[in-house]
Amino acid sequence: MCGLLAQITVSHYLVVGAVLFVTGVLCMATKRNALGVLMGIELLLNGANVNFVAFGSKLLRADALGLDGQLIPLFVIVLAAAEAAVALAIALNFYNNHTTVDVDKAEELKG
Amino acid sequence: MDTSLLPILLGIAVLLPLISFFVILAVGRWWRPVLGGYLATAAIMAAGLLSLTSLAIWLSHHPVGAAGHHAADQAGPYVGDYYVLGQFGALRITIGYYIDSLTIVMCCLITLIATCIHVYALGYMHEELHPVTDHEVTLPDGSPLRRPGRFSNFFQYMSLFCFSMLGLVLAGNVAMVFVFWELVGICSYFLIGFYVERKSASNAANKAFIVNRIGDFGMLVGMMALWGGMGTFAFGDADLNGNGSIERSERGLFSLVRPAAREHQLTTPEGLVLADAHEELQRWALAHPTATRGDFESYVAGELDDLRDGGPDGSGRRYGYWLLVLAGIGIFCGCVGKSAQFPLHVWLPDAMEGPTPVSALVHSATMVAAGVYLVGRFYPVFAPEVLLVIAVTGGITLFLAATIALTATDIKRVLAYSTVSQLGYMMLALGVGGWLAGMLHLVTHAFFKSLLFLCSGSVIHALHSNEMTVMGGLRKKMPITAATMLVGCLAITGLSIPFVIGLSGYYSKDMILEQAFSFARENPGLLGDGFFIVAAGGAAMTAFYMFRLWFLTFAGEPRDAQRYAHAHESPRVMYVPLIILAVFAAGVAWPAPFGWPSLQGLLEQARPAGTAVTAVSAHVPFVWPSEYIAHDAANYWSIVVPVTWLAFLMAVAGLLVAVAMYVTGQLSAREVSRQFAPLHRFLLHKWWFDELYDLLFVRPLYVVAGWCAAIDRRWIDGLIDHSARWTARLAAWSQWLGDHTLIDGFVDRLAAWTYRVGVSLRSLQTGSLRQYVLFLVIGVVAVFLISSFL
Repeated sequence: MCGLLAQITVSHYLVVGAVLFVTGVLCMATKRNALGVLMGIELLLNGANVNFVAFGSKLLRADALGLDGQLIPLFVIVLAAAEAAVALAIALNFYNNHTTVDVDKAEELKG
Repeated sequence: MDTSLLPILLGIAVLLPLISFFVILAVGRWWRPVLGGYLATAAIMAAGLLSLTSLAIWLSHHPVGAAGHHAADQAGPYVGDYYVLGQFGALRITIGYYIDSLTIVMCCLITLIATCIHVYALGYMHEELHPVTDHEVTLPDGSPLRRPGRFSNFFQYMSLFCFSMLGLVLAGNVAMVFVFWELVGICSYFLIGFYVERKSASNAANKAFIVNRIGDFGMLVGMMALWGGMGTFAFGDADLNGNGSIERSERGLFSLVRPAAREHQLTTPEGLVLADAHEELQRWALAHPTATRGDFESYVAGELDDLRDGGPDGSGRRYGYWLLVLAGIGIFCGCVGKSAQFPLHVWLPDAMEGPTPVSALVHSATMVAAGVYLVGRFYPVFAPEVLLVIAVTGGITLFLAATIALTATDIKRVLAYSTVSQLGYMMLALGVGGWLAGMLHLVTHAFFKSLLFLCSGSVIHALHSNEMTVMGGLRKKMPITAATMLVGCLAITGLSIPFVIGLSGYYSKDMILEQAFSFARENPGLLGDGFFIVAAGGAAMTAFYMFRLWFLTFAGEPRDAQRYAHAHESPRVMYVPLIILAVFAAGVAWPAPFGWPSLQGLLEQARPAGTAVTAVSAHVPFVWPSEYIAHDAANYWSIVVPVTWLAFLMAVAGLLVAVAMYVTGQLSAREVSRQFAPLHRFLLHKWWFDELYDLLFVRPLYVVAGWCAAIDRRWIDGLIDHSARWTARLAAWSQWLGDHTLIDGFVDRLAAWTYRVGVSLRSLQTGSLRQYVLFLVIGVVAVFLISSFL
């Protein structure tokens, strides 16, 4: 391993994961476009995935925890794909009904 | 054949009609109705054959001499139990039998007459084979009633009726007698009310039933007194434990009241004496506090005869005697109801509403015969005072009914009152000590009265009317009916060639008159002479009203040409029974025809032990002469000859008056009735008895019932209404408090609160996605902060 890589620890991964996560949350909280919100969700999920991978890697402990840390992101990715398919269908439907994808317009269920 | 067969044969004879009843009841509705009639007739006919077989067996073991009167003639009864229903201490409830010659004679009589009546009814009731239009019942829309025929129902009830009567005759204890007694009552109720849609028929059935209940109440009292005093229901002694001797607990009523140790003379039973003398016994026990049970029992045994007979000289109180009298009068009360004696005679004439074969059966072999039979059966239990009551009742009934029969115009009503009157004769005979005379008249009367009723039924069948005013001249159209009815009239009148031969009524009625005369000779005075005068006068009236009936029906010219034109002789199925009954009515009482056993001799065998001697009473100044006195050769010229001639002259006198009034016309019936208009009206209204009872009992009953109804409506209904109202009010209040206020209030409040919480939470749901994300973030941060710093 080269020296630069040897300096990388779990904290670096966690920082990347936290940046991704916060970006995703901000994207969800600020975007009015439903597609933007979906993108935020993707960022969010991937932020979490980075954490999983980081905790599951040998960087944290030499006696590895097995493949659990790598496996869960795969599940998450699959689920995210499925969720994106459903969410895009909802968005499309919403567009059909309201000719917009602005989430602030979707307020029929408010109390 | 052995006498042990007797209970079996007679038992089967009793059960056959019952089987017929149940078969018709069960499957009759799917049969052709006529089969029910055939079955019932076959059953009673078979029962008749069995009864005759029993008679033959009896005669082969107990040959009857010529009509002699010897104590040796008496043949002991066969007593036993078919089945023990239950035993409660000393009380045994059993299905038992008591068979003596009276039982067998009654069985033969009932089955023979019932067979004739069944056969006759097969013809008489043929209208019931098809749907019937009853013109006497008008429906609300004015049309006559149409109903299905009830042919097999009729025979079903007839079978039950015969079963009840046969069972009553065979019964071996008082409890059984009572059961069959009530069965006879309910059967008569069914049959009298056969045309139930007719108001008059259902009223008559009710009347018969209710009047009989009044008598039965007395009978229950008598039964209770007998049982309370003697602890047994059985009539005869029975060796229950089979040790060959009769012990105290195995004795029956008759031998308790007339113990052999006292020569079968009336003896107040120990139980009645002790029950009445309990105060004396108590006093003795208090005076001897140290006495043991043995001392007490020996004291009682020593004192018993003195207590019973009123001290050594017989002047003191006779303990328990009045209880015996009460028991006797109670039993007689039942007989008054059943045998239609004054004052309960009112039901019998109304019982004419039933079909004529029923009248014939009720008036001869069953129902009314039951009462007289029971008096004859209980004769040994009756104290002289009871006999006096019986004689007075019989005498009044005899006279009363005979006078009413003089003016009645309904052919069946004349016969009905004649029955009441003849029953009065029987009771009078029994009451003046003529046991044999009463029983003989019961038998002869059963034959000629069933004959007379069936003849009248034949006439009614031909003319479709009961009124003698539309009859007349029918002898040409209905020769057989006319001839057989003439035989019946002659028999009931007792006409004869004196001292040579006569019809059955001659023998029985003369025997009654002789006994009444014998009684009058011993007891000169109002009652003694009165009995004889009433009996003799009754004979004349009997002759008059019977021949009045015959002349009005069969002699002279037809009064209603149209009805006369349609009249016809009855079919063979109806007149053959008439001929058979006529033969019996003529000859049943002949003393030993062709050396046969005579009915008198046969009945004499059943004479209760100890009743053949002259009896006196300690309380009433009367003497009951032995029945043998009247037939003693020594008294031939002083009793038999004058009485026979008197009876003959009386009957002829009645007959001649009837001839003068209705044949030759020297006396105009209309003139006579106008002459004695008040009396005629009095008799026509049956002495105003129905009106009197209406006034005395029915109206007050209505008034009391009205009061009861008013109390019911005002007080009881008011009470119930008020309590209902209060309950409703209480319920309303508790509903308001409990349900509405507490439970509903709690639930409503909970719901309202939940609603308010929900409403207040609504405002959080803004529907803005971005806001939700913000909330999430804030939430997560908050959780993080809290978990970090707390």
